Parts: sequence; C-alpha cells; structure tokens
Amino acid sequence: MTILSVQNLSKNYGLKRTVENVSFEVRQNEIVGLLGPNGAGKTTTINMILGLVTPTSGEIFINGDNSTKTRAKTISQTNFAAVYSPLPGNLTVTQNLRVFGLLYGVKNLKSRIDELLKEYDLEIFHDTKCGVLSSGEQTRVSLAKAMLNQPPLLLLDEPTASLDPASARDVRTRIKQFASGGTSSVLWTSHNMHEVAEVCDRVLFMSKGKILLSGNPKTLPQEHGKSSLEELFIAVAREPLTLEGQKMEAHA
Amino acid sequence: MNATRIYAIFLRQIYLMRGSYTRIIPLFVWIMVDMVLWGFMTQYLNSVNNAGMNFVPLLLGAVLMWDFFSRVMQGLATAFFEDCWTRNFLNFFATPLSTGEYISGLVTTSIFTSIAGLIAMILFAGSVFGLSFLSYGVALFPALLTLFLFGIAIGILGITLVLRFGPAAEWLIWPMPALLSPFVGVFYPLSVLPAWMQAVAKILPPSYVFENIRAIVHGQTADAAGLWGGLLLSAGYVAFASWVFARIYRYALNTGLIARYGSETVS
Repeated sequence: MTILSVQNLSKNYGLKRTVENVSFEVRQNEIVGLLGPNGAGKTTTINMILGLVTPTSGEIFINGDNSTKTRAKTISQTNFAAVYSPLPGNLTVTQNLRVFGLLYGVKNLKSRIDELLKEYDLEIFHDTKCGVLSSGEQTRVSLAKAMLNQPPLLLLDEPTASLDPASARDVRTRIKQFASGGTSSVLWTSHNMHEVAEVCDRVLFMSKGKILLSGNPKTLPQEHGKSSLEELFIAVAREPLTLEGQKMEAHA
Repeated sequence: MNATRIYAIFLRQIYLMRGSYTRIIPLFVWIMVDMVLWGFMTQYLNSVNNAGMNFVPLLLGAVLMWDFFSRVMQGLATAFFEDCWTRNFLNFFATPLSTGEYISGLVTTSIFTSIAGLIAMILFAGSVFGLSFLSYGVALFPALLTLFLFGIAIGILGITLVLRFGPAAEWLIWPMPALLSPFVGVFYPLSVLPAWMQAVAKILPPSYVFENIRAIVHGQTADAAGLWGGLLLSAGYVAFASWVFARIYRYALNTGLIARYGSETVS
C-alpha cells in the first residue's frame, strides 16, 4: 500500500531550480532514505511534503489524498523531526508534547505523553525546559513529538546528526520498530551512509534537484561499480552528470 | 476552524506566562505608570482650571482607553514574537494548524492579557483617582469593542510586516500606537487638527471613540451613527489585516520564507 506518492514535483526560486520533476513513492512499513549532497533539494522536498513550501508544479498524495486540496487531513497523518528545528526551549518537555499533541489532535493525550516519556527515557526531564537539555536529549524530545500521533508517514531530516553513536543506534532501533509494526512508513535523510545502509529498505539519490538513482542500499553500490554506499554518494555528489547519463542509458 | 488547535496556541502562551514573571509584570507595569502619571496630571489640571471642568473622565479615561488599545495590539504581537524568537514557525506550520487558527490563538491570548490589564486599570484609576467608567454610559460598549478590534487589526498588520521582512522589522510594531495617537485625538478634539490630519482621522476608528467620549463628558449625547460606524470600520480593518496576512503567508510558502524564517535575507 502506498502511503506517500510524489508526482513530478518541482520547485523554482526565481530562476533557480531547486527541485526538478521529482517522482517517488513510499510504501507502508518501508523506510526510504533520501540522500544527496548539501543543496541537493532533500529538505525542500520534505518541506513541500509538509506544506511549508508551495511546489511550483507537481502533486503530493498522502494515503491517497491530495495534500494541496486537503491539507489539514493529510498533514495530520504526518509528523517530522529535524535537527535544525528543535522544539521551543522555553517550554518544558511535557508542555511541548501537550501543545503539539493538541495540534495533532491526539486522543488520550496524557497517557500517550507518559508512554513517550518512558519510551524515550525522558521521564526525569518531564518538567525541564527543553532549552537546557543537551542536543542529544533535545533530539529525543523531537522524536517523541514526532511519534505523538503515530503518523502513517514520518519525515526525519538528519534525526541522528547530533547524537553519540550509542544514542544514534537506540534511535535507529526505535524507528525501525516503528516502521515495521503497524501501518507506518518513514522518509529519512542522513549523511551517515552506514546508518542508511543499516536502516533503509530503499534509497533515492538526489543531486541538483533531481533523483539520479534509486534502489536497495545493500546492492546499489555494486550495480554502479562502487564498493560502498559512501563511495556511491561521493560519485553522485561529484559526478552527477555521469550518473544521470548512466540512468538515461539504462532507461533506453 | 478547530477549537482544540486554537486552544493549543493559547495554552503555549499561558505556559510561557506561568513560567516567567518577566512576562507577567510588563502586562501591568506600563499601564500603571500611565495611570499614576495622568491621574496626578488630571488632579493638577482640575485644581488650576476655573471652568469647573473635570479632567479625570476626559483625560485619564481617554488614556486608559488608549492603553487598552495598545495592550490589545501588543498582546497579539508579543504572542507572535514568542514563536519568532524561538524559530517555532517550522514546527507549528508543519502541523494541521491553519493560519486562521494560529491568528485566533494569538487573539485569544490578547483578549486574556488585555482584559487583565483593563481590569487592573479600572480598579486603580477608580480607587485612587475616582474615575467611574459607568459615567460614559452605554457608549462604553461600542467604544471598547472598537478599540479592541482596531488593536487586533493593527497587531495583525504589524506581525504581517515581521513575517514578510524578518525579525528585524520588530521595531516597526512597538511605536504604532504612538504614531497613530496624534491623528485620533486621544487628548484633544479633532477640530484643532489641520484639515489633512482630520482627513486621516476620519479613516481611523478610534477617532470616533474619543470624539464621543468627549461629547459625553461635556454632557452632550453620543453620536450613535459615529460610534457604530467606527465599530464597523474597525471590523473592516480586521478583515483587511487578515486578508493581508493570508496573502503574505502564501508568499512565505512560495518563497520558502516559513521554512527558512529568521534568515532575514529572503526578499
């Protein structure tokens, strides 16, 4: 079952084409990695899915509903966490979760917050203002907020960027559990290729606003004559035109 | 419009006020300074004027009402700035929250803070300087409602400027009441103004409030058409301000300004 369907999505800022004719799908229980160098268009794509940026053209469907036409309905089926968007530091952990729980219309909010505080080891910080937490703890709060409504589509923009290896592994385990159980799916961006290879069922390589490659992160490097995902990433970042040529040849 | 989401925006502001006295004290300090300053000024004017005119309802009452308008506007703007300062727009607008619900949440906050300030002013000015709000009669209701709506409208226009031009445009908001006050005749009748200022006054709803307040204090009857016209004009300003905000928000979505808010470089 398709949870997210992105069709011919483009975004221009003036003459600059940030995202160009991008199409992809994310299916139920799938974790899809959106990879690419800085400025590739990953965050713009995520922002368009979240309704924070209006696409120049193209359409986004979440659980079959057009997100432009039924925004409140489609967005209530998503949630997100991003390293660059911590929750307000002047509210406590519980206050933030309560405010966002109300915004997402979470039922039995108090018990859901208690569950998440326990799951993300935040019980001792429940009355602590988010601004005084370490960056790793703030990331855990952001992830707890992202899980509030148990979204069918979870968007994660570099969720483990500020975590130590042990905490990052913990987060990866939780997100894998989240995606494998229930009816959820995850779109994940990361610059950590080992993490991507471990977590993602499928990856999409973006460069200069286009999706150049897609496939299984475990087999994709070999298919393109590279020994690892990291090598493939570097090739995409440095030689996007070569890979684009390969893609066109493959299509032909 | 979803009442739960409006409540969430209001609740965030309540949490902020509850968590810090520095947010509560300013709600009362400046208006009390005004009450003390203008209270004694009116007492002095009463003692030196020979015509037997009572300046308390004339000047202190007008200052109180103008402070109410300023508090409404600033209550809305300050609530908006709490999200601006914490770069929270990305988090909020990635939820099902609509702009109408967000603004309604800010307005609810403003109602709460401005009424708290109004009650404090009425109690203080009444007990210390003998100002009786009842002396304005039934005209008080449309007068306060006009000032409230105009405060909301100017607040929305102010935050629209900040949304469009970035946090550095904050300084444009705070002087707005001071810039408007010479035109609306808080302290003097509009007839003393030059013709071009009187023309500006005609399109500003508070002008009708203060002209009527003066008429009532002088023992004349209130101009009902003027009062209700001013109220209608205020409602028109709210509709116009909401339309401008919605347009600028759409612009912000098109340019990516919401997602990159705070950079100030987006033009």
